[in-house]
Amino acid sequence: MNAAAATIPDNIVEVSDLNTRFGAAVVHRDVSLSVRRGEIFALVGGSGCGKSTMLREIILLQPPVSGSIRVFGQEVLGLSDEQALPLRRRWGMMFERGALFSSLTVTENVAMVLREHTRLGTKLIAEIAALKIALTGLPADAGAKYPSELSGGMRKRAALARALALDPELLFLDEPTAGLDPLSAAGIDELVHQLRDALGITIMMVTHDLDLLWRAADRIAVLGEERILGKGTMQELARSEHPVIREYFYGPRGRGAREQAWNRK
Amino acid sequence: MNVPTTPRHAITQAAADIRPGATPRELRCEGAWLLRSAAQTEARIEACLGRFAQPVEGELLIDAQAVTAMDTSGAWLLHRMRRALETGGCTARFIGLRPEFEALLRLVATRTTEPAVAPAPVPGMLVRFGRNAWEGLLGALGLLSFLGASATALMRGLMQPRRIRWRSILYNLQSAGVAALPITGLLSFLLGIVIAYQGAEQLRRVGANIYIADLVGLSMVRELSPLITAIIVAGRSGSAYAAQIGTMKVTEEVDALRTIGIGPLDLLVLPKVIALVIALPLLTLYTDIMGVLGGMVMARAQLDVGFSTFIDRLDDAVSLTSFLIGIGKAPVFAVIIALVGCYQGFQVDGSAESVGRQTTTSVVQSIFLVILVDALFSIAFSWLKL
Repeated sequence: MNAAAATIPDNIVEVSDLNTRFGAAVVHRDVSLSVRRGEIFALVGGSGCGKSTMLREIILLQPPVSGSIRVFGQEVLGLSDEQALPLRRRWGMMFERGALFSSLTVTENVAMVLREHTRLGTKLIAEIAALKIALTGLPADAGAKYPSELSGGMRKRAALARALALDPELLFLDEPTAGLDPLSAAGIDELVHQLRDALGITIMMVTHDLDLLWRAADRIAVLGEERILGKGTMQELARSEHPVIREYFYGPRGRGAREQAWNRK
Repeated sequence: MNVPTTPRHAITQAAADIRPGATPRELRCEGAWLLRSAAQTEARIEACLGRFAQPVEGELLIDAQAVTAMDTSGAWLLHRMRRALETGGCTARFIGLRPEFEALLRLVATRTTEPAVAPAPVPGMLVRFGRNAWEGLLGALGLLSFLGASATALMRGLMQPRRIRWRSILYNLQSAGVAALPITGLLSFLLGIVIAYQGAEQLRRVGANIYIADLVGLSMVRELSPLITAIIVAGRSGSAYAAQIGTMKVTEEVDALRTIGIGPLDLLVLPKVIALVIALPLLTLYTDIMGVLGGMVMARAQLDVGFSTFIDRLDDAVSLTSFLIGIGKAPVFAVIIALVGCYQGFQVDGSAESVGRQTTTSVVQSIFLVILVDALFSIAFSWLKL
């Protein structure tokens, strides 16, 4: 590692003592977690436990009540949009429902990000956009289509292509496999791995997909009852005694995914 | 965990470069092949490849030992360069590339596609003119068939009054009628003042002060008050109808209604039409009063025509027929506004942009149609000598 690398800390994302409330409802109470460089980190938990909220707080879409969030070693809370811009160029976000711009084609959705933040020629932008679309496993003719003409799974891939447009160092995925058929979901697992291995991207995702957890996640944090109930690798969590975690991993679906993962090994 | 830890955004890294190597069969790549400097990198590659004017035969070595960082854009540029060299007739081989970059390059190479073909050329003016005319015609026919479908739905509703959604009608009465009271009242009051003020000067000159009541009363009650109320309601409620139904179409709520077995016309259109047909005449009556009130205030201030004198004169000036004509136009306008708003909402095709476009169209179209129909009414009434 050279000298420059020292300026980037090992914890790419560091959340400490985060408190979130919506009116009287407490979502997070003194939650702390960190995402290390190059790992695939998954945030899991029941519906409405504040997983997506935490993601939104990290990428500055929503302010928490108190606490500290550091990304790339820099405190992000309280940054103005202008101050946050250099950081935002370094991370990509894939929203749960895609959030593609409905009036632009898929290619234009990806190219728009490149045009906004680089000074590349039109041809190279078109090539890179086509590459990103192909990387996510979409067929070449999908690029010319509008989001409303795509199926849910294809829309998700297109959203991923846009999140990857600027070759981010940190990728946030909100439910990357929700609404996908098993084959496409398996494609996403593989893609997440390839991206991490080839590009050294750090990935932080929110997911319910136990298969994805077994196959892709390096470390997992379980969110519930306003705090972190447990964190560690899948194997460590599978040994956890906490009732909610046990329920989560040993419920009927959890067992199936776990057995499948074991059989594969 | 075997993860490359290259700091891809470190400031100190040298930009990507490529140059001829020690032998003519060798190229040397170095630096950080990143998106950040991709434009310069592309130029360097062009310059470097330009030297191979004659295609190189046999094997070309690309020494990539000094490549310090790479992302997909950089990998793409390298891949594209290799492809260009290979179409020139040689085989290009990378040596010394770090394994993680090698993997990235392979990933990019396997996922390569040609950029999608350019969009169809822009059609000529005549084609566009024809297409617009055709679409305009289709739109008019669509509106007509929508009117028919709504009328049928209304008939069905009247046969089985339990199907009519009274609660929704009340809600729409509140939002399109009661909530519009302040703005319509204020505007027609001001309009009354303006008309009286403009007329006062002329009337005083000929000593016909009392005719101010005719001027204000007749123009407001018969023409202006129905028109201005309809225009304000078209801007307030017609646009809201289009935007609401349009957004529901984007989020597939309209499809969901159909699936559940509720006719979108029954739930979304009829209550709005019925509510507006009730609300607009009432609003017009209210704006009649407010407009005349504005005129009265001005008449007293400018022409010394007292309130009681004004009202006495108003009784003779404005016949019951004129009043009823003014009020009677309102339900027609209401149907136009509600139907155009809802129809345009249903024309939304799935993008946020089209919600905006159809909302604009709904307001423009309904105001246009209201004024057109008003003109037709004037012609018809003059034939009928009313």
